[in-house]
Amino acid sequence: MSRAAKALAIPAALLVAAEIAIRLSGTTSLAVAPPSSVVMALLAALGDGTMLAATRDTLACAFGGLIVGGAIGLVLGLLFGLVRPLDRLMELTVEAIRPIPSVALIPIGMLSLGFGYGFEIAIVAFACVWTMLIMTRAAIAGIEPRLLEVSRALRLSTHQRIFKIVIPAALPRIIVALRLAAGFALVVAVTVEIAANPQGLGYGILIAQQSLSPQLMLAYLLWIGLVGYGLNVLLSLAQQRLLGRAAMVEVRQ
Amino acid sequence: MNGRRFLWLTGGFLVAAGFVWFWQWIADHRLISPVFLPGPDRAWAALVKGMVDGDLTEKLFATIRRMIYGWLLASLVGIALGAAIGTSKVLREYLAPMFEFLRPLPASAIIPVAIALLGLSDPMALAVIAFGSLWPVLLATIHGFSAVEPRLYEVGRALRLSRPAVIFKIALPSASPDILAGMRLGLTVALILSVVCEMLAGRDGLGNWILLSARAFRAPDLYAGVILLGVLGYVSSVAIAAVEHRLLIWRDRAR
Repeated sequence: MSRAAKALAIPAALLVAAEIAIRLSGTTSLAVAPPSSVVMALLAALGDGTMLAATRDTLACAFGGLIVGGAIGLVLGLLFGLVRPLDRLMELTVEAIRPIPSVALIPIGMLSLGFGYGFEIAIVAFACVWTMLIMTRAAIAGIEPRLLEVSRALRLSTHQRIFKIVIPAALPRIIVALRLAAGFALVVAVTVEIAANPQGLGYGILIAQQSLSPQLMLAYLLWIGLVGYGLNVLLSLAQQRLLGRAAMVEVRQ
Repeated sequence: MNGRRFLWLTGGFLVAAGFVWFWQWIADHRLISPVFLPGPDRAWAALVKGMVDGDLTEKLFATIRRMIYGWLLASLVGIALGAAIGTSKVLREYLAPMFEFLRPLPASAIIPVAIALLGLSDPMALAVIAFGSLWPVLLATIHGFSAVEPRLYEVGRALRLSRPAVIFKIALPSASPDILAGMRLGLTVALILSVVCEMLAGRDGLGNWILLSARAFRAPDLYAGVILLGVLGYVSSVAIAAVEHRLLIWRDRAR
């Protein structure tokens, strides 16, 4: 059996078993629906545009947060990585704020920003800052010391050293950090929508559950899974295309 | 060296104190409305009052219990399943792709499904937390078990060890760094999901406390809850790092 067939065998068997069990039992459960009607619900929701609009809202917030948080994290990470005394002075402050779970900020955001894009983007950004900051700092700390010796031997200026040596050398790891942060961003965006913000995919799945429509709820779940998987595949492809063999850096968190 | 370290720590402390002072200054000058941002003095007073009254303490322990139970359940299931899958090439080929699909799924997305199945109950919260923190542990365990040096398995065969003996004497110790890393990630996920479940299902705990405080515009209580959650996140990560260090001390010695 080929690898693809092996990979699909168990999920397919589970789906068929679920289909038969649910059809035969004639259940009117509000939590489960036969896979075939889930797929029909998914196609219907995609067809009438509601799910695509929800996807757009969620992705807009996820990427908005990623850009804002990623940029802040990148700048701080570069700064802390390059200026060691600053890093050591800020360490305590960073370690005091970083462990706050991003979802704990949801009520603060609700109170001060109100529902909407800004609120969600702010929370996603908070979640992305730390991944970028920590991994960028580590990327700079992990630069081959001989490269820095070369820059000294060539008498490069600080500006040249940063742009010609430090950033190119740290880039592969920074891109890995960006990829991880993008995965986080989607998770946090969906979580914020489920917990509070009335828009996007997370709100869609919650409303489907509350309107007692299990096939639509599971269709949303399937779609969120597909979006997450698709994003992941796209990002790893982009990483390989952008960096080639340099993409083979180990990921350490 | 120690003196210099102390100096840096003092410096870091002063910087942090500076930020708190800045926060107080903003609050005192009402640059941001006190409805949204109470000063650190008021947040601290709310925190102390909540702790003394026992209100906040109770919520804190409810959240800790929820987090730990879900995480322990996830760790047990994750390590057992991961050991079975990681040591068997057949199972890996059949199951690993499915896991790769499920891994990027936001764990919070199954909360509505769990609510439909189990209602707004504590078992629902436990199931969601366990499901969410299962993935990091499970995938790390599978990776740890499949990355065991093949020669160690050959040694096991040469010694005619049984499969359980191979797992407990060779694979588990060798995979433990990966497993512990997965468990550390799982603990973070467990805390986040505990807070989300408490918010959505109205179960007693810090998540519910901060949501209700925000709705009632009791900003100092809200910030007290957020500070406690930050402390909880910090303490749990320090605790698991200490456990990790203790358990893996043999590895540093071997080097």
